[in-house]
Amino acid sequence: MNKVTASPSWLQRLWKPGVLLLAGLFSLPVFSIASFIVHPSNDVWQHLLDTVLGEYLFNSALLMLGVTLGTLVIGVGCAWLTSVCLFPGKRLFAWALLLPLAFPAYIIAYTYTGMFDFAGPVQSWIRAATGWTAQDYSFPEIRSLGGAVTMFSLVLYPYVYLLARAAFLEQSICVLEVSRSLGCSVWSSFYRVALPLARPAIVAGLSLALMETLADYGTVAYFGLGVFTTGIFRTWFGLGDGAAAAKLAAILLLFVFTLIVIERWSRRRAQYHHATNRYRSLPQYRLRGYRAGLACCACLIPLLLGFLLPAFQLALWAFETYAYMVDAAFLRLTLNSLELALSAALLAVMLALFLAYGKRVLNSKTIDASVRVVASGYALPGTVVAVGVIIPFAWFDNSIDSLMRTHYGVASGLLLSGSLFAVMFAYMVRFLAVSIQAVESGLLNIKPSMDEAARSLSLAPGEILMRVHLPLMKGTVLTALLIVFVDVMKELPATLILRPFNFNTLAVRAFELASDERLADSSTAALMIVAVGLGPVILLSHSISVSRAGS
Amino acid sequence: MTSQIDVENVTAGYEDLQVLNDVSFSLQPGQIGCMLGPSGCGKTTVLRAIAGFEPVWRGRILIDRVEVSSTRSCVVPEKRNIGMVFQDFALFPHLRVEDNVRFGLKGMPRKLQHSRVQEVLAIVGMPAFAKAYPHQLSGGQQQRIALARALAPQPDVLLLDEPFSNMDAEMREQLAREVRSILKQENNTAILVTHDQNEAFAMADRICVMHEGRIQQQGSGYDLYHKPANRFVADFIGQGVILPATVEDRNTVRTDLGLIVGDNPVADGPGAMVDVLIRPDDVVHDDDAGDTAIVVEKAFRGADFLYHLRLDSGIEVMCLAPSHHNHKINERIGIRLNVDHLVTFSRN
Repeated sequence: MNKVTASPSWLQRLWKPGVLLLAGLFSLPVFSIASFIVHPSNDVWQHLLDTVLGEYLFNSALLMLGVTLGTLVIGVGCAWLTSVCLFPGKRLFAWALLLPLAFPAYIIAYTYTGMFDFAGPVQSWIRAATGWTAQDYSFPEIRSLGGAVTMFSLVLYPYVYLLARAAFLEQSICVLEVSRSLGCSVWSSFYRVALPLARPAIVAGLSLALMETLADYGTVAYFGLGVFTTGIFRTWFGLGDGAAAAKLAAILLLFVFTLIVIERWSRRRAQYHHATNRYRSLPQYRLRGYRAGLACCACLIPLLLGFLLPAFQLALWAFETYAYMVDAAFLRLTLNSLELALSAALLAVMLALFLAYGKRVLNSKTIDASVRVVASGYALPGTVVAVGVIIPFAWFDNSIDSLMRTHYGVASGLLLSGSLFAVMFAYMVRFLAVSIQAVESGLLNIKPSMDEAARSLSLAPGEILMRVHLPLMKGTVLTALLIVFVDVMKELPATLILRPFNFNTLAVRAFELASDERLADSSTAALMIVAVGLGPVILLSHSISVSRAGS
Repeated sequence: MTSQIDVENVTAGYEDLQVLNDVSFSLQPGQIGCMLGPSGCGKTTVLRAIAGFEPVWRGRILIDRVEVSSTRSCVVPEKRNIGMVFQDFALFPHLRVEDNVRFGLKGMPRKLQHSRVQEVLAIVGMPAFAKAYPHQLSGGQQQRIALARALAPQPDVLLLDEPFSNMDAEMREQLAREVRSILKQENNTAILVTHDQNEAFAMADRICVMHEGRIQQQGSGYDLYHKPANRFVADFIGQGVILPATVEDRNTVRTDLGLIVGDNPVADGPGAMVDVLIRPDDVVHDDDAGDTAIVVEKAFRGADFLYHLRLDSGIEVMCLAPSHHNHKINERIGIRLNVDHLVTFSRN
């Protein structure tokens, strides 16, 4: 023994096994699903293969293609306009374009269906204005694949917009000026320099949007589209076959992992695309006359369609229906949602602090790897998480039950399945990643030398936590709380599958009412979710309007 | 004589990698020491061992005659009464300048705290910035605040880890001189870690040149330049070339440029082949000199030119000539040797 170190405290000794245990626990669903890829197939699976699997694949592919096109056009276009052009309202658009992010796709889908269906205000107005009847005109059907693509594009383009805009702003002005000096016009320097440089960031944003598309259940179920998430539901509840549902989930997982890999890879590449470290304020191409008008319209349209219009419609419906919708049951529902979201957020942040500090203090490769495993859960679709939670939990319940029966002659029944614990566990699997990311980025700002500086100034480790870390981490921890809170409020499929009998949340209630074609009645719950969802969007838009790299 | 800091035969490292090998030095109260060396030589590890962030494997460290690190025990950093200035300053971004400086003064009555903060801010010349936040300050200003924060609790020894490496090259020497005068004024014992010899010369009383975990030589800047103990130090400190020579007698060697007589005795006996270190200031440009050489390269440095010259034998030497001697490339100019300090290295 030639090294002298302080003997580790009990906390430090518990830390490493604790991190490993949590990592194992929260990656259980993924592994139980993944194991079904190699699981032998049964009749139901063969039936699915023969009948609907092709349709699922085809629809998913079309959906992804459409969303790719839609989010790229809106996201990259608006990002370019708001980062290098100068036109009236630019500063407002720069942050307001994020607002659609507050809308879960399924809510905007109900709202648009309500607005544009035969009895809705738009078609009624057309008939009233022209005197046509139903046979005289044709109107595009919202509840279709095209409609779904439009809905997804309208609420998911902010992912592309956010990352593309950051990439444009980070680009050194030098490379753009070099391209101008080499004879490129403004537009050709966009295509030949700015766009290729921003491509990794754009691809990263796009893969986030596509992950959300694949994870969605509410919209596609409401539109009656056969894709993987709806397929998992049908197989599970319709055919009652867990194994086949898990196999479907496993295939969905393959798609998602491909997207994760693409996203990670693009982000890494994006780091190499910093041309220089010298920044100057970007040139602002001042747009005048009709060009300014066009730019304004281009930014206004996504904002109008993705946020203002549906929000206005929801508010209108809520105004009509609140008198009989907002009752004791509704308050109970709201309280359920708030309680669930708040406790999930607190738990997620506490676990994230435990894991992230473990990673910082223990400084070991195994710990790093296990934290990274836990932190990848956000990409998992809620349906996949739910199936992945049910399978091991049901196995656990059954084992205990048969054990109790054989040895004590009593049935323990379902212990974990269908409990709030299962719901909470699924939330942790899915949303722990969000809080870990936030906490880790906060910890990154506290450089190790700051800890050492505090110690060289005679502070004990506990005091360092209180006087240096706590004040510096406060903001990050609050942000993490808020984001997880909102994500849980919006979450639909996992809650729908795992919730205890007769336990409802706002999201589930809105979905149920909409599925019963009571669109106007669902508006109070929907509006509540959107209002809560505005919180992190406002935070984001604040940070976007602050500074950019190098200034 | 009592010393303020003693590092005795310290060996240390990270995990299984040994970084320091038998490092020993000591500093008197008020002395400024410097660990100088290329990156990876272990100089920062010495500092971190003194601060208590790294335990020692062998040997021991004493601060103010109290043993703080040994194979038996390791006093935690917060109990050592050290001050430290970090490469990235590590100012607390959520605290104002005055609160940063006050940070290490806990346990002192509030009034005294306030007056001490004012005092050190005045010493570093920043009394007007007490209410500012770190991000509002320039790099040089942050540097001063970091220094003030480390000085405020009156540490037994101040440790500076590459404190100027984030500065512009022009600012470094000036800041180093300023910091030196502040430390001297307060009679602080300090250890500086740097890879920049000009910083070391500007600031330190005693310089330890480190390489591969060992101290190669310690002494004043003047001694390191003129009496390097080995080839590494000769190469690392200052510029110069190595010329082949034969030993004539105990004080004389013969080179292509004639006989060189020095005051240091030569270790090898007469007739032996040795290498002799020729600094640019040893070669004097003289239009009347008998020996000549061809200008290969020249660098204008303001007050003087640094010429690279090729001798007829093909060997190149450097020559520092006053700025008004402006010669062209490929021109043949007269030179003679003026070596005060004869430095030879045996060939084996």
